Amino acid sequence: MKTVFAKTATLKDCPTHYCPGCGHGIAHRLIAETIDELGIHDCTIGIAPVGCAVLAYNYLDVDMIEVAHGRAPAVATGMKRTNPDKIIFSYQGDGDLAAIGTGEIIHAAHRGEQITVIFINNAVFGMTGGQMAPTTVLGQVTATTQKGRDAACEGYPLQISELLAVLPGAIYIERCSVYNPAQIRKAKKAIKHAFELQIDGAQGLSLVEVLSPCPTYWRMTPAKAMEWIEKEMTKVFPLGCLKDVT
Amino acid sequence: MAMRLLQQGRRVELSKDANVSERLLMCGNEALAEAAILAGCDAYFGYPITPQNEVTAYMSRRMPEEGRVFLQCESELAAINMVFGASATGKRAMTSSSSPGISLMQEGISYLSGAELPAVVVNVMRGGPGLGNIAPSQGDYFQATRGGGHGDYRTIVLGPSSVQELVDCMLLAFDLADQYRMTVVVLADGILGQMMEPIVFEKKPGRKLPPKDWALTGAKDRPQNIVRSLWLGEGVLEKLNYKLQKKYEQVQKNEVLCEQYALDDAEIIVVAYGVAARIVRGAVNKARQEGIKVGWIRPITLWPFPTEQISKAANEFRIFLVVEMSLGQMVEDVKLAISGKAPVVFYGRPGGGVPTIDEILDKIKQLTIAAKT
Repeated sequence: MKTVFAKTATLKDCPTHYCPGCGHGIAHRLIAETIDELGIHDCTIGIAPVGCAVLAYNYLDVDMIEVAHGRAPAVATGMKRTNPDKIIFSYQGDGDLAAIGTGEIIHAAHRGEQITVIFINNAVFGMTGGQMAPTTVLGQVTATTQKGRDAACEGYPLQISELLAVLPGAIYIERCSVYNPAQIRKAKKAIKHAFELQIDGAQGLSLVEVLSPCPTYWRMTPAKAMEWIEKEMTKVFPLGCLKDVT
Repeated sequence: MAMRLLQQGRRVELSKDANVSERLLMCGNEALAEAAILAGCDAYFGYPITPQNEVTAYMSRRMPEEGRVFLQCESELAAINMVFGASATGKRAMTSSSSPGISLMQEGISYLSGAELPAVVVNVMRGGPGLGNIAPSQGDYFQATRGGGHGDYRTIVLGPSSVQELVDCMLLAFDLADQYRMTVVVLADGILGQMMEPIVFEKKPGRKLPPKDWALTGAKDRPQNIVRSLWLGEGVLEKLNYKLQKKYEQVQKNEVLCEQYALDDAEIIVVAYGVAARIVRGAVNKARQEGIKVGWIRPITLWPFPTEQISKAANEFRIFLVVEMSLGQMVEDVKLAISGKAPVVFYGRPGGGVPTIDEILDKIKQLTIAAKT
């Protein structure tokens, strides 16, 4: 029988700890495929966040580090500045990047650090039990917004990618999703472009935001969660390239 | 020997045969920075805070000259995490700050300790708590010697008392950090940082250090390396903690440094570290001239603490006086070491107060009277 699709080498062959219908697995695969297609396995160092993806090193077979909540862009800075020949990427959720780590991502972008950031936005804190994130949409019910997020009390969803795109040091910012195969292919293209920029020595930070499902804490079936991204989440977080100066 | 001020834009040169520089006059903050460069520090990450700003300014000029990394960060949180990142790739990295900034770094130091990464952190202490003031202080002894951040860990803490010793401690710190894969804190204070003293830079033969086969350098022709501090499996973290404990015991066994003076006939022994110890030395010398039998012990490593040396010196015929620029922190370690074998008296001044030689001399004299009655 002819093989039409196979697991890429940098993705480890092991059971997943992610919930059924979670988007992390797709995002991991896209990164692993990118690393293999670009031939950068031997010189790539990945940074795992605090959150559900803290164990990303169990799936991605490259040198990896696990860092404090939100601090990945600072750690990436320390790595890249001392190792300009290495490809450094951070993988961060919305609690990690858009809440506790806002300072680090803004300043890494502001300095134009030559790193690649994969930003997984699922509109909740997943690992701690589905609490509100800065990215939680208005009306969304979470463990800490039990009557739905109310702008008067909890503020508005934070559009980090739009914020970063205005900084001269950010050279490529794109928002993608994984809610259907066409979107997954687009996300793959964006992630690959972000890594290529770093390989080419482009002078600045590249970030790909991925709207990703969390069926467990959205209290939805996996299929319904994909539908919710398409119908609701993209209203607040419109898909597309926000900046590409290359 | 002739002594000169190191001119801006000049480099410190070592003689080829003896690896020693000429005698130079430098302030502590600049001297410690140059010592770090001599020690092979690959990257410095810092954030401005008084009274250590000369370190950052000096590094901003010298590190690029050496083709190494200098970066002024957006916060101390970022600085320590940049150290974390650089260290994880096997590079020698450091940061420096003063008390409030060191508080912000505690998260990072805890992660460095959990992940067993080497790092050098210089704390040029100022008065606290809170924003405190910018005067010299020894108020961070507890924070430095008790770990400082969350979790069951230790850092090696060096407490130099002269600019020369600050230089020597920096050279030692990078080796200790690499040897034990630990954070080494160099605990200076505002006086030591600002004060100018004659120094020589001397590069001694380095220690035999273990290879950094754990470093993240890209998984080329070897399995993936992972640097982490999360261990969720049942009993796994407990095992790591025991492993760390064994390492800490090795440090305690092998790395204690302390200076002892005139202990043989001493009826009073003064214990002090850092700048406070310099003032104590003046007081002890004066007291000796007046015929008072007084000696002193000066811990150089604050952790590991010279427990054994102090314990050996303790007996029922002696009184111990602990002098600190705080309301009494190291005194607890002295009491633990002495374990009730001798009385321990404390004298200190907090919040930027610096004890004078005469204040300490008075205290010594009071104890002489107390000992006789």
